[in-house]
Amino acid sequence: MSVAVPSSTRTERGSPAPGPDTPRVSRRRRALRPYLLAVPAVLLCVGILYPFFLGASYTLFDFSAQNPDPDMVGAENYTTILTSAAFWNSARVTAIYAIGATVVETVLGVGIALLLNRSTILGRMLERVVIIPLMVAPVVAAIMWRLLLNPEVGWVAPIAGWIGLTHTGTDSPVAAMVWTIVVDVWIFTPFVTVIALAGLSSLPSSPFEAAAVDGAGWWMTFRRLTLPMLWPYLLVAVIFRLMDSVKMFDVIYSLTSGGPGSATTSMSIQAYQEAITYARYSRGLTYMLLLWAVVFVVSMILVRYLRRIQSRAAGV
Amino acid sequence: MPTTNEAPRPGRLRRFVLDRLTDATLLVYFAFALLPVLFIVLLSLKTNAEQTTTHLSFAPTFDNYRSVLGLDDTGSSYLRFFMSSLITSVGAVLVSLAIGIPMAYAAARYRFRRSEDLMFMLLSFRFAPELTVIIPLAVLYQQMGLYDTHVGMIWVLQLVTMPLVVWILRSFFQDMPAELEEAALLDGYTRRQAFFRVALPLVSPGIAAVSLLAFIFAWNNFIFPFTLTSGNAQTVTVSTLAFLGGNQVRFNLVAAGAVMAALPPLILALLIQRYLVRGLSFGAVKS
Repeated sequence: MSVAVPSSTRTERGSPAPGPDTPRVSRRRRALRPYLLAVPAVLLCVGILYPFFLGASYTLFDFSAQNPDPDMVGAENYTTILTSAAFWNSARVTAIYAIGATVVETVLGVGIALLLNRSTILGRMLERVVIIPLMVAPVVAAIMWRLLLNPEVGWVAPIAGWIGLTHTGTDSPVAAMVWTIVVDVWIFTPFVTVIALAGLSSLPSSPFEAAAVDGAGWWMTFRRLTLPMLWPYLLVAVIFRLMDSVKMFDVIYSLTSGGPGSATTSMSIQAYQEAITYARYSRGLTYMLLLWAVVFVVSMILVRYLRRIQSRAAGV
Repeated sequence: MPTTNEAPRPGRLRRFVLDRLTDATLLVYFAFALLPVLFIVLLSLKTNAEQTTTHLSFAPTFDNYRSVLGLDDTGSSYLRFFMSSLITSVGAVLVSLAIGIPMAYAAARYRFRRSEDLMFMLLSFRFAPELTVIIPLAVLYQQMGLYDTHVGMIWVLQLVTMPLVVWILRSFFQDMPAELEEAALLDGYTRRQAFFRVALPLVSPGIAAVSLLAFIFAWNNFIFPFTLTSGNAQTVTVSTLAFLGGNQVRFNLVAAGAVMAALPPLILALLIQRYLVRGLSFGAVKS
């Protein structure tokens, strides 16, 4: 099981089919059955790995709209990109965006979950609507925020005016970065909240009763009990949020298109611009492959850590 | 220490204050979460003259929705894009179910060589940037005549929905006791009958939930329709963004488009709220 929390339910492991089988079916066919069932999915994987490797091979060529007959250039695309300021800018933007959004979403999401978990009438009502932003397409959410930030029709400018701020919108580099993170936080905090709520509701109550008897305060209980026991759940949320925000395209593209200048040009925006806007296919693909490599390595490490934590939490 | 009766008084007051503070904090967050939604709905109901005013007194009009849907003389193709979203999302879900259910069942009930690797590869599709395959796909699609077609969109969108279907349905199959199928086999069912008459009906709530969730994922996907369609198979999310790009932007129209693009996933999400956590986290957290 790669990420699934080990469940207590018994499943058939180790042997092929459970129970007696119809005698007509030979042993061999029985052993073959899972493979037959998996064939369509395998074909699908091959069907997508082919374009992936095709794209990866293009990174070794110089292929662009200006040069439709690609020449083999070896690692030149990689060296050009890795030594360019644009790449390091996009890496920095990606890191700030992804880490910033993930941290804020995790803290806020857990906080809201803890507050909602007290099961007051208000809490129960709000629990039902908490997922609304999460279900709106990220592009549509970004469009909503663009309109909100629009000085002619939006509400942000007048609200900022009340509290004495005159500078709103995404026209300064810092503001653009802040707003893209705010929109990410707006959409995805509910994701952390619903997972944290599911985790909270599954925690056993006896350790908390023991802590209350011992007179442990709220903060102590949270730090020593709630957080460690919730961590296997939270980690799932963190992994999904981190991976999604590292590769985030929809929100940034529809909110700022990477601007002003290159202030919010993340790696995926940069890749898109190179490949589509400037039609430098190989250059864009190299960016995309580097982005993929980052996501792949980070997610591998995190998923491994998650499996360790989860098997420890399951008491294995 | 006095025994019981005196202590609660200050405690109760503190408790009351804390509860009200909790409520207040929650309300602030929910204002942040819901005001943009309220804003867009109100904006979509404003007339052209009213759209640049922020005050709330207005006579709501549905003209924007009529315009967006092409019910007046503006000749908007929004309805076509809406249908396109519907066709491609439903198509992707159906393909994912056809391919994903057997795979999920195999991964839940059998241990076979490479099964975990295969499952992990599917999970990596969920994390991998879709951008990575866009250029080669665009090239291949142009060659195969799949560019800007519904079939082409269904084929890429199920990259988004298939991993979801497989991972979640596996956790549903695992939660179903294998003894039920064994009992069916003892009763003289064949394996196939046991699967279709026992296993499948038992996980049908899971299949329903995962289908709706997969539909939401497909509907909300942006990058594939954005790069692989132009007019014919373009989806609502892409066309709503395109509204904003024109030189004479009518914000109330954009708002109406945004509301309509947001509505189907929202309605479906309410139907499957019970299964949402499991679905969103790929079954890694069970609700």
